[in-house]
Amino acid sequence: MLGASLLLAFREIRRHLLRSFLTVLGIVIGVAAVITMVTVGNGVTASVRNQISALGANTLMVIPNQQGRAAGSAPVRPFLIADVDAIREQVGGVKAISGQAQASVSAVHNGVKWTTTVSGTSDAGMDVQNLALTSGRRFTDGEESAGNAVCIVGATVRKNLFATEDPVGQQLRLNSISCSVIGVLKERGQGGGGNDQDDVVLMPLRAAQRQLIGNQNIYLIVIGVDPAYDNATVGADVERLLRERRHLGPDQDSDIRLIDVKQITDTVSSTIGVMTSLVAAIASISLVVGGIGIVNIMLVSVTERTREIGIRLAIGALAGEVRLQFLTEAVVLCSMGGAIGIALAFVLSFFLTQLMKVDFAMDPLVVVGSLGFASVLGVVFGYVPAQRAAALNPIEALRHE
Amino acid sequence: MAETIISLRHVTKRFGEGAAAFQALRGVDLDVARGDFVAVMGPSGSGKSTTMNILGCLDVPTSGEFLFKGVHVENLDRDQRSLIRRRYLGFVFQGFNLLARTTALENVELPLLYRGEDRNTRRKLGMAALDKVGLADWAGHTSSELSGGQQQRVAIARAIVTHPDVLLADEPTGNLDSERSVEIMELLTDLNRTSGITVLMVTHEIEMARYAHTIIRFKDGLVDRA
Ligand SMILES: Nc1ncnc2c1ncn2[C@@H]1O[C@H](COP(=O)(O)OP(=O)(O)O)[C@@H](O)[C@H]1O
Ligand SMILES: [Mg+2]
Repeated sequence: MLGASLLLAFREIRRHLLRSFLTVLGIVIGVAAVITMVTVGNGVTASVRNQISALGANTLMVIPNQQGRAAGSAPVRPFLIADVDAIREQVGGVKAISGQAQASVSAVHNGVKWTTTVSGTSDAGMDVQNLALTSGRRFTDGEESAGNAVCIVGATVRKNLFATEDPVGQQLRLNSISCSVIGVLKERGQGGGGNDQDDVVLMPLRAAQRQLIGNQNIYLIVIGVDPAYDNATVGADVERLLRERRHLGPDQDSDIRLIDVKQITDTVSSTIGVMTSLVAAIASISLVVGGIGIVNIMLVSVTERTREIGIRLAIGALAGEVRLQFLTEAVVLCSMGGAIGIALAFVLSFFLTQLMKVDFAMDPLVVVGSLGFASVLGVVFGYVPAQRAAALNPIEALRHE
Repeated sequence: MAETIISLRHVTKRFGEGAAAFQALRGVDLDVARGDFVAVMGPSGSGKSTTMNILGCLDVPTSGEFLFKGVHVENLDRDQRSLIRRRYLGFVFQGFNLLARTTALENVELPLLYRGEDRNTRRKLGMAALDKVGLADWAGHTSSELSGGQQQRVAIARAIVTHPDVLLADEPTGNLDSERSVEIMELLTDLNRTSGITVLMVTHEIEMARYAHTIIRFKDGLVDRA
């Protein structure tokens, strides 16, 4: 029986191609809108996730902060290398740790000058921050402890000062000191806030402090957490230790700030997720509007086909069979509309994601879901017209002009 | 004497309620033997179509009994009456009533679809029925490509494709010229004789009624026994 209904539905749709298409236009647009929104939203989420996790997935960052909420101008108390050593030795779950300090310098090579940032770090710090090299090598333990003037240049610095030359083995002048370039960083692109992450020169922390910054202060500690440990637990341990070392009593406000990259990733992802769902929900209103269009056109179609229904009833069709025929027609129409909508969404999301430079990946669940939803709409919105068709009196229907 | 396939007992039919009510049938008694060819005649408005609709299980009497093959149809619900139509009845209408934009074969196959016949059986039986009405060559043509006489023959093919017991035809030649009408009457006569189908036909024209074995006349909602 369902097979016969399907056959009849396809025949009817084929016979009235234009009307059928107009009927489901709303569904086509609705499905396309929902899937496109979700796909683009997912793409944005994925690329934001990637950007943040480029900082290192299991990464904690600790920075000195003003105490409490006082917006006063009291200077922040920086960390010292002893703090970094204490964390490394006393907190469980710390896989790698590095103190960092930065200064703005003017870099000169072959008479060309470029203002950039020197970042004092370490081999461990590069591990935590996922910094890879395109050529050369990283800092040795000896260079780190001796505070040798060696440096690794970022892609932007390389481009501006070395052009086509290989920087490795060259000398680079930073303010008044000279350092030998031992490596080149892999390009990382724009970071959060639009700053260029490749406009940097890395030096061993000790060398940067002594020769360029002129003090022992550390304004950033990056910690790579052992994946077997929980970021939050390790973070709490770090905070407890630092409070102790900074002589803060249990009821005093903290003067450090702990940033959990994983937590930021999750927060940002879920925010985008919420926005995506919201936009998708708005888009699905167009699905409902499309469904109302179906009711409308199908009611007209039932009136138009009254005589046909009369013939079917006279021939011996049961009321339920006539209803099933119209319902099947509505569901087939809506599913076809859904399928066209998916194809449209595929094209739209492809171009939008290309345009926005985010990942293109259609969620099969969303595709199947919208197709299912479109079919359900077919049943919901086809029911009233189908019921009306089934309830027709065959004698009157046959007399209908 | 052949078995009685149809019998109406004191059948009345009233349309509408109260002051606007109209008594279309006022106690019709009628017996039709299996294999008979009955012509139903009578002036316009005398209740012929109303009776045919009741016999066709499309409508129910207001009172009285309608026995079809011994079954009290007046007690059946809508779907049960649909099943009787599907299994035992064939209809031919004055206005042909073919599906538009549908080929002759698809029209003829329609009742088989509701009987759940598979594609091959539908094709086979449909072509056989079209062949019987002499339109096998027109199977692929849609209704609008056929003449009135051809359309009525397709309608007859559709009515007989299920091998019904009874064929009900309400003024089947009403829209046709006399030459086409004769063709239709010869077809009905042949079906009645060779396939043993009981035929009930409403007609205004005595020339057409002459093809029947029995003539029943209606007058003012009653069978005129005169
Ligand atoms: N559905 C209806 N509602 C009201 N009156 C009807 C209806 N059907 C038929 N009638 C009336 O019943 C009478 C008999 O009609 P009908 O059986 O069609 O006559 P005919 O013998 O011409 O076929 C007519 O007067 C007609 O107006
Ligand atoms: Mg009549």
